[in-house]
Amino acid sequence: MSILRVRTLSVTRRARAVLRDVSFDVRPGEFVGLLGPNGAGKTSLMRAVLGLIPAEGHSSLAELTAVDRARVVAWMPQSREIAWPVPVERLVALGRLPHLPNRGRVPAKDQALVDTAITRMGLDAFRARAASRLSGGEQARALIARALAQDTPLLMADEPAAGLDPAHQISTMQVFADLAREGRSALVSLHDLSLAARHCTRLILLAEGGILADGPPAEVLTPELMARAFGISVWHKHTEQGPVFQPLEVLS
Amino acid sequence: MMRLMVVLSAAVLALFALSLTLGPAPVSAAESLAALFSDDYGPLTLVMREIRLPRSLLAILIGGGLGLAGAAMQGYLRNPLAEPGLIGVSSSAALGAVLAINTGVATGVALGLPIAALLGALIGVGLVLLLAGPQGGSITLILAGIAISAMAGALTSLVLNLSPNPFAANEIVFWMMGSLADRSMLHVYLVLPFVAVGAVILLRLGRGLDALTLGEDAAQTMGVNLRRLRLMLVFGTASVVGGATAVAGAIGFIGLVVPHILRPFVQGQPSRLLWASALGGAVMLQLADIAVRVILPARDLKLGVVTALVGAPLFLHLIYKTRKGQS
Repeated sequence: MSILRVRTLSVTRRARAVLRDVSFDVRPGEFVGLLGPNGAGKTSLMRAVLGLIPAEGHSSLAELTAVDRARVVAWMPQSREIAWPVPVERLVALGRLPHLPNRGRVPAKDQALVDTAITRMGLDAFRARAASRLSGGEQARALIARALAQDTPLLMADEPAAGLDPAHQISTMQVFADLAREGRSALVSLHDLSLAARHCTRLILLAEGGILADGPPAEVLTPELMARAFGISVWHKHTEQGPVFQPLEVLS
Repeated sequence: MMRLMVVLSAAVLALFALSLTLGPAPVSAAESLAALFSDDYGPLTLVMREIRLPRSLLAILIGGGLGLAGAAMQGYLRNPLAEPGLIGVSSSAALGAVLAINTGVATGVALGLPIAALLGALIGVGLVLLLAGPQGGSITLILAGIAISAMAGALTSLVLNLSPNPFAANEIVFWMMGSLADRSMLHVYLVLPFVAVGAVILLRLGRGLDALTLGEDAAQTMGVNLRRLRLMLVFGTASVVGGATAVAGAIGFIGLVVPHILRPFVQGQPSRLLWASALGGAVMLQLADIAVRVILPARDLKLGVVTALVGAPLFLHLIYKTRKGQS
C-alpha cells in the first residue's frame, strides 16, 4: 500500500515541457531524496504531485480535496514566507490548523504535537520569539517544525536543508529518517548529495525531463549517473562511519 | 489578548456615550441621555434620536467596518501597507455618488446619493472580479483593483471637470472629504445590512488568513481554498466599504492605520487582528468625529480630513519605527 502514487505525470510550464511521463510510488517507511540539477523540475514535480500546478497524468494527492489532502501530506515550500511577527510557538501551531475546529484554544493533544515538533527542531529557546525576526536558518527550522506539527503520514519539503548550519542539516535529515523509521514517509528535494547519501533510504534522480534513476543511494549515486546528470566526478565509498560521498570536479 | 478586547470595547462604549452627549446646546449629559429614552417627543428627544444617535451609530458601524476590512485586506495580501480601498470599491462608490450629485439625482430622490454610490460600488467590484479572473492569486487582484481605482478616479475628475454648475462641483468636493454630519436613522438602516453582511463574511476568514502567513502554497496544502477565500474577501470588503462610502463619503486611513497599530498587541496573528481592528476602527472614527465637532464646531470640518491629518503623521511614526528596526 503506497502513500503516494504518481503515474505518467507530465508538467508543461509556459509552453515548455518540464517533465514527461514521470511515474513513481512512495511507500510507508521511505525517506526519498529528490535529486537533480538546477531546472531539472524538482519543485515543479512536487507542486504538480500536490496538485498546486496543472499537470497531465495522475497523482493520488492531486486527486484529493484540499481538506483531505491536508490530512495526508504536509508541504514545506522552498520560499520561506513568514508574513507577520508571529511567535514561533504560534507559527508551529499553524500546522494543527487543518485538524482543529474553527475557534478556541489548541487542545492538549494538539499542543503536545506542537511541543514535540518544536523540541525535535531544537526551537525550545525560541518559542516566544517573533518568527519573522529569526535568522534564515532558524526560520527554516521553524517552518519544518510547522510541517511536522501537521502530523501527516507524508511530509514533502523543498530543499529543507538549504541555509542550515552543518549540525542542523544533519539533525534535520535525522528527523526525516526518524519519521521514516516510525512508518511515515518523506519526499524531500536536496542539493547536498553527501547528506542524501548518508540519510535517505531511496533516491530519485531527475534529469533530462524525467526520472534518470530511482533506487537505493548506492545505485543512484554512481559515477556514471552523476556525470550524466550533474556533469561532475565523484568519490563515493562505504567506510566504517557509513557511506561517504564527495563531489570532486566539474567534467568538461 | 482578552485585556485588549476589553479595553477596546470599553473605549467604544465610552466614546459612544460621549458622542451622544456632545452638542452645541447647553444640556447636561444626564439630561440628554434621559431624553434619548423618554417618550415625550420633546425637542431634546428629537435631537437625540434624529441627529446624535444616527451620527454616533454610523461612526461605530463605519469605523468598525473600515478597520475590519483593512485588517482582512492586509492579512490576505500579507502587506501592512494594504488598505480596503485597494480593490477599487471606494473610488467606484465615489464615482456613483458624484454622478448622482451632478445629475441632480442626489437632491431629487430620497437616498438617491447613497443608492447611486452603492450601485457604483457594485459595478466596480463586478469589474474587478471579472478582470482578476477565476484563479486565486493576489497579484491579479491588486492589479485589477488599481486599474478600476484609476479608471473611477479619472471619470470622477472628468465629471468635476465638465460640471456646468460650480455649486455641484463644490458639493462633490465636500462630499468626497467624508462626513457623518446631518445623517438620519434612514442612513443607519441603509448601511447596517451592508456592514453586517460584510463583517460576518470577513470575520469568518480568520483561519484562512492565518494559514496565508506561510504563503499561498503552504496555505493551500493546509486545506485552504484560495479561490473561495479571495472571493469572500472581495465580497466582504466591497459590502463594508461600499456601504460605508455610500453613506459617509471617502474616509481614508482607518483601514490602513488601525490594523497596523494593533498588530503588535495580537502577536501578529491575522485572525485575532480582525476583531481587534473592528473595535479599534470604531474607536478611531468616533474620536475623529468627536474632534470634528469639538475643534471647529462652526466650520463644518470634514471627517476624512481629520482622519487623514491624524493618520498620516501616525504612519510616519510607524515608518520611523520600521526603519529603526532594520538598522
